[in-house]
Amino acid sequence: MSELILQNISKTFGSITALDEVSFTVNDNEFFVLLGPTGAGKSTTLRVICGLEKPDSGHVIFDGEVSDDLTPADRDVAIVFQQYSLYPTMSVYDNMAFPLRAPGRKVPEDQIRKSIEQAAEKLRITHLLTRKTVQLSGGEMQRVSIGRAIVRRPRVFLMDEPLSNLDAKLRESLRAELKHLQKVEGVTTLYVTHDQIEALTMADRIGVLNRGKLIQVGTPEDIYDRPANIFVAKLVGTPRINLLAVERQNDSWNITGLEININLAGTNDLPESFMLGIRPEDVSLNPSGEYPGEIELSEPLGVETIVHIKSGTAEITCLAHGLVQLKHGDTVRFDINKNHLHYFDEQGNRI
Amino acid sequence: MDTSNSTGREINYATRVDKVTFKSRLTRNLKAGLTVIIAIFVLIPVFWMAATAFKSRADAVAAPPKVFFQPSMEGFIGLLTQRRQVTVAQGLDDLKKDPNLKWYDRVMLNKGQQIVGTSEYVGYLKNSAITAGTSTILSVIFGLFAAYAFSRFPVAGKGDLLFFILSTRMMPPVVVTIPIFLLYRQLGLYDTTIGLVILYTVFNLSFSVWLLKGFIDEIPREYEEAALVDGYSRLQAFFKIVLPQTITGLAATTVFCLIFAWNEYAFAVMLTAQNARTAPPSIPSVLGTGGIEWAQIAAGAMGFLIPVAIVTFALRNYLLRGVTFGAVRR
Amino acid sequence: MATIELKNVVKKFGEKYAVKPMNMTINDGEFVVLLGPSGCGKTTTLRMISGLETVSSGNIYLNGRDVTWAHPSNRDIAYVFQFYALYPHLTVWQNIAFTLQAQSVKKDEIERRVKDVATLLKIKHLFKRHPGRLSGGDQQRVALARALVRRPTAFLMDEPLGALDADFRETMRSEIKHLHITQKATTVYVTHDQIEAMAMGDRIVVMSDAAIQQIGTPAEVYHDPANLFVANFIGSPGMNLVKGHYRAGKLNLPGGGVYTPSDIWKTRIEKQLGDDQDVILGFRPEAAWVVTQDQLSAEVFLVEMNGSNMMLDLHLSDQVIIRVRANRGVNYSIGSRINFDLDPQMVRFFNPATEAALVME
Repeated sequence: MSELILQNISKTFGSITALDEVSFTVNDNEFFVLLGPTGAGKSTTLRVICGLEKPDSGHVIFDGEVSDDLTPADRDVAIVFQQYSLYPTMSVYDNMAFPLRAPGRKVPEDQIRKSIEQAAEKLRITHLLTRKTVQLSGGEMQRVSIGRAIVRRPRVFLMDEPLSNLDAKLRESLRAELKHLQKVEGVTTLYVTHDQIEALTMADRIGVLNRGKLIQVGTPEDIYDRPANIFVAKLVGTPRINLLAVERQNDSWNITGLEININLAGTNDLPESFMLGIRPEDVSLNPSGEYPGEIELSEPLGVETIVHIKSGTAEITCLAHGLVQLKHGDTVRFDINKNHLHYFDEQGNRI
Repeated sequence: MDTSNSTGREINYATRVDKVTFKSRLTRNLKAGLTVIIAIFVLIPVFWMAATAFKSRADAVAAPPKVFFQPSMEGFIGLLTQRRQVTVAQGLDDLKKDPNLKWYDRVMLNKGQQIVGTSEYVGYLKNSAITAGTSTILSVIFGLFAAYAFSRFPVAGKGDLLFFILSTRMMPPVVVTIPIFLLYRQLGLYDTTIGLVILYTVFNLSFSVWLLKGFIDEIPREYEEAALVDGYSRLQAFFKIVLPQTITGLAATTVFCLIFAWNEYAFAVMLTAQNARTAPPSIPSVLGTGGIEWAQIAAGAMGFLIPVAIVTFALRNYLLRGVTFGAVRR
Repeated sequence: MATIELKNVVKKFGEKYAVKPMNMTINDGEFVVLLGPSGCGKTTTLRMISGLETVSSGNIYLNGRDVTWAHPSNRDIAYVFQFYALYPHLTVWQNIAFTLQAQSVKKDEIERRVKDVATLLKIKHLFKRHPGRLSGGDQQRVALARALVRRPTAFLMDEPLGALDADFRETMRSEIKHLHITQKATTVYVTHDQIEAMAMGDRIVVMSDAAIQQIGTPAEVYHDPANLFVANFIGSPGMNLVKGHYRAGKLNLPGGGVYTPSDIWKTRIEKQLGDDQDVILGFRPEAAWVVTQDQLSAEVFLVEMNGSNMMLDLHLSDQVIIRVRANRGVNYSIGSRINFDLDPQMVRFFNPATEAALVME
């Protein structure tokens, strides 16, 4: 069992509040992703869990054991950094052996060899063991870093944006590998990133962090379908969610800038002015659609096309299937899926 | 301006277009020639000094100056030995017939002098080596640990401390020689090697702390942090990870500290007499003992120059990297 | 008119090819993307066009003029770097005006052009600031403004969005594309991100290992990739590529499944490869859909949520993994077997030996 609990962790650096009463639980064997923009406090959270930083208040609890007095070495966690994890003066084999050769551990050399060979096979880097780390590509280096973390069989894996520096294609393939590896190894993992695709595809649960505050915790579906506020709604989902200001008069809505009026029965509980969120996949092009518009821009991605529609003075983004042959200036009609609307109040919170 | 590639061959290396074309051969050769001439002109005094070291006494003071001459080792030998005058009447010819004579004995006997022992200069040279070597090692070691602390730990008043350390180099050593002279007299450190070593170490420390801190700053913290999390203590992490990566920095720092300590003159002159005297102050003292022995002085200067030149040349690759390393931020 | 032409352009470093003989024409007003993984030669090609790198052999023409050995400043090209290259000691206004001042443009003309460009890029309010106090996105806008204000013949952009956060990238991508639509300037854009290439390019030059793999419109490289590399590289995730054995009109897949190609494909395979041969079947994740019963089945081993849809990782056999796009709302349990079918319009076949696609004649 290796459960990780953060309880009311707060940390300030001078006048900057890095973490503000952050609390969440990572369950045994769970792949938990901490998602947030740069500066949200994600790396600080990892460093507090590792023991590299002391929190001003709050506790980090491993399997019920409060770890406040433990040194980083005693906490039995392994961390993979974004870069600079591998020692440039050693070979790949020595890099992976390094944690096991730590003086406190007393692991015999042949056992070290076995662990390394096992890990190398899982990560398909057996052919790289004798090489010097400077000769490796970015993707290979990160694989070795992950291998180095695995050999220790720690109770918790911590990963600090390990894929951010890699090419887009490499990121994709390593993402699937990592997720698969975690399932097979069964190690509790806390993964930190600013990339929402990584969060959605890899996580069992996601924690959204912004400016030191934990805003929402839930499964990828929870975060995507029921974002707690505008920040989360904008953060998750690509292309970005459409956000429009609405003035309501009974059932009839006046959407600022748009030449459309929505009439929805039974929405009188909504306040008179609120923000409406519509995900681009809930806007569909339809020659006989309800609303008119003009194409601003069309971005073909292959499997789908991002179409920017101008209606009135506002812009709506629509995600259309396949490659759509429309260009700037064409007139179109579109529909909005009224079952998938998101409402946010003045403060930006979900209604 | 679409001239074609004037070199006419394939360019299999990285370079910008404007660096390859346009300059006609003539201009390039003119520029090169001019550079060579200026270089020769600037180096003439050095060449002359080297030449003088190998001249006989007469050649050294010949007027007009002799460019071509018969080389002789009397300058070097004279510097390093004590001799006494032997005339023919006193048995000079017999001494010359001795089969066990070494080549340097023979050279001096041809001039009517017999070698009776090593000169004081040899002792001074030894002092120089010990003083410079010890102080360099100490300032590098202390500097390394201090630099690491400044780089990695939140030391109280770090900025002020670092500035203070730097400020010790802002004033010429000559300015403080008198106060330190008085201080050393009180402490009994006057004319001791250890006194000089302490002083050189302190003066070099500012330089080595700053240079090494620049190097260590460039080494990402993540390396040590990963080691800490993996189970190493900070000291172990330092030796296994940080140290191997600072080798070039250490080389550069060593050379600079060595150069300062080796060439140092002001303190050496003021704070030493017989026991701890180093070489730089003693070379001029060769002057004025019955005529100026130019060849010996030149030999002394040459001999002094060579060790530093050798060390610098050996470490030249590290030096170039060291001078610019900390300056460019990624 | 701003056409760029590369004729047999080569770059070698020592004996190694950084760019193999390259022939390419970029038409007036076109937005061409050089796409490929790190080290494929795309940035070297861009630098050769700009003059920041010499060619080992070959010629580069700008508007018919041979500029192969012309000084970079004589080519009338603007270069946007990945890391902005803004002068930190100058204000935003001074940064943008810098090149015009170097060209001795009259003062009021400079003012007018700088204001125009800043309005276009919405950075007028930043004139007095220094680059150090701007966000990444704003810095990139200033870099773009600096290039735009020169009204050069062509723009060269070297991964300008690489240093930005994911959400900024999306916004800037649309902005650059929008800018191109209104300005209609010839642009050569380098990136390793195929999403950027597909979204922005009029044509994409897919490069790998110092050579061009395919040049085509987004639709062409997506639906008709010329070889295995393009098929896998374009699309996120790339095309599923499964090697099977074709015999007597049927394709035997690893794991035991059997796929029957359409008649057109049967003819083509037999004509170009022969009967009883290995052939590689390619299909994109969205070309497959789940059915209740079919000849093709696989075991679910990973379910990924993608936001608007789901991606299923299936084990066709122990070694072979394919990915199938599915709608949200259905629960697939790990370890269960599902059946799927392939859209006959969207399947492709590749020659296993040459890696080239089997094309229609």
